[in-house]
Amino acid sequence: MFYVSMFFQYVSQYMKTRLQYRADFFMEILSDLLNQVVNLVFILVVFGHTQFLSGWSREEIIFIYGFFLIPFALFSAFFNIWDFNDRYIVKGEMDRILTRPIHSLFQVILERIELEALFGVVTGLIIIFYSGVKLDLELAWYDPILFIIFAIGGALAYAAIFVAIASIGFWSDAKTSIMPMMYNIGNYGRYPVDIYNKVIRFVLTWVLPFAFVGVYPASYFLRKEEWYAYAFATPVIGVAFFMISVFIWNQGVKRYRGAGN
Amino acid sequence: MGKYLAMIRMRFLMMLAYRTDYYTGILIYSINIGAYYFLWNAIYGEKSSIEGLSSMQMTTYVAVAWMARAFYFNNIDREIANEIKDGKVAIEMIRPYNYLGMKTMQGLGEGIFRFFFFSIPGMLLVAFIFPIELPHEPATWGIFAISLLFSFIINTQINLLTGITTFFLYNNAGLIRAKRVIIDLFSGLLLPISFYPIWAQEVMKYLPFQGISYVPSMIFTNGYSSGEIGMALLQQLIWVIILIIPIQLLWIVAKKQLIVQGG
Repeated sequence: MFYVSMFFQYVSQYMKTRLQYRADFFMEILSDLLNQVVNLVFILVVFGHTQFLSGWSREEIIFIYGFFLIPFALFSAFFNIWDFNDRYIVKGEMDRILTRPIHSLFQVILERIELEALFGVVTGLIIIFYSGVKLDLELAWYDPILFIIFAIGGALAYAAIFVAIASIGFWSDAKTSIMPMMYNIGNYGRYPVDIYNKVIRFVLTWVLPFAFVGVYPASYFLRKEEWYAYAFATPVIGVAFFMISVFIWNQGVKRYRGAGN
Repeated sequence: MGKYLAMIRMRFLMMLAYRTDYYTGILIYSINIGAYYFLWNAIYGEKSSIEGLSSMQMTTYVAVAWMARAFYFNNIDREIANEIKDGKVAIEMIRPYNYLGMKTMQGLGEGIFRFFFFSIPGMLLVAFIFPIELPHEPATWGIFAISLLFSFIINTQINLLTGITTFFLYNNAGLIRAKRVIIDLFSGLLLPISFYPIWAQEVMKYLPFQGISYVPSMIFTNGYSSGEIGMALLQQLIWVIILIIPIQLLWIVAKKQLIVQGG
């Protein structure tokens, strides 16, 4: 309960600061939107030259992209920790975090929320709705529930990777430029995994589970039965990887010694 | 002239001091090239060529487009914005050099550094991993180099323009981000211009962006006929000249209405 009330207090505080600079706030949403438009344009132009991408049609690829946007938006809004090492370890901010009576990871996440990223959920839903109608997808009554579970599972899988990498900062204070690298690898998850070779497919499934953010869960709604096993594994993978990453984080916090004075 | 050369040198040495940051940069670009490599392979499927480009040429195109980006890309728009925001620009303007010229030279110093420590090793690495075809003719390399220089100038000019808008907008972080996305799309980095529908190609003909990535990459992949090469280079040159006008105009207005917000 305490955690929930903390959460809402931080959110309201965040809204106050952000709405001070409204123009910038909307510019940020707009530039996110532009980014999504660019990715859609890419898909549209590409399908001007081919009918299928490894057996997936244009609408299916667009659907996967739309689905990807939703867990990605949840992740970007709440796990904006790519500069954790610089901001908290090098500058010694972690000391302050550790004196607070809530879990350190939770505190860091609250301080770094970026709620405007949640707008991606809206774009994602619009894209899914558009391509879903075009594909004549049928919905069972429980599909919306599964949708939410899969989206959260995907977001957790994404978050797990970044929390684990942020935790590296506790062991080595070397500049972790691995973060931007991960963002780029994350893009691999936006397309069907069968276009990649076996090694990359394995990595995207079991090592850096980016495929569980886009293709795998989306394939359930696209009724691709050969991928159902992976689709239903999404929440399991998400929770499992996230628990592992929190464990790594906790181990790291134990090792944390502060940065100088 | 001497002072500008010194600027290039200083920026080069500064970058050299932090060169380890660039090793991961090469990896990131390689990861991106890899993603597009697989994607294009799937797009080509059974087809031997699309819009006159074979699948091998496409891989080369993607590789050279990204590695050329390492050369022409710079953040001087953001640097200008920051210097305006913290008031440093006032000091810069009383110094005995042209502020915009000096920024361009810093960008060039950065570009030269990245060319030797990023583009070349990166290209070697990528050529090792993916099936790409380097040009055989020495002339192609020469023309590519000229075209690449133009693409640096055009990109830098657009960056200067974006940077100057800070004088009027005060906070243009969003604009800078938007500009970057637009350049990635319209310059031909993500998609060769010839892949777009005809109407879009017609519109893009009247924009400077394809001079940034599409032209040098097409030259490198032998995607142009010899007549087209001349036209493309000429088009780049014309944009280099045209873009000087809005920069100078905006700069004159900006200097008059400069408000230093701090400092």
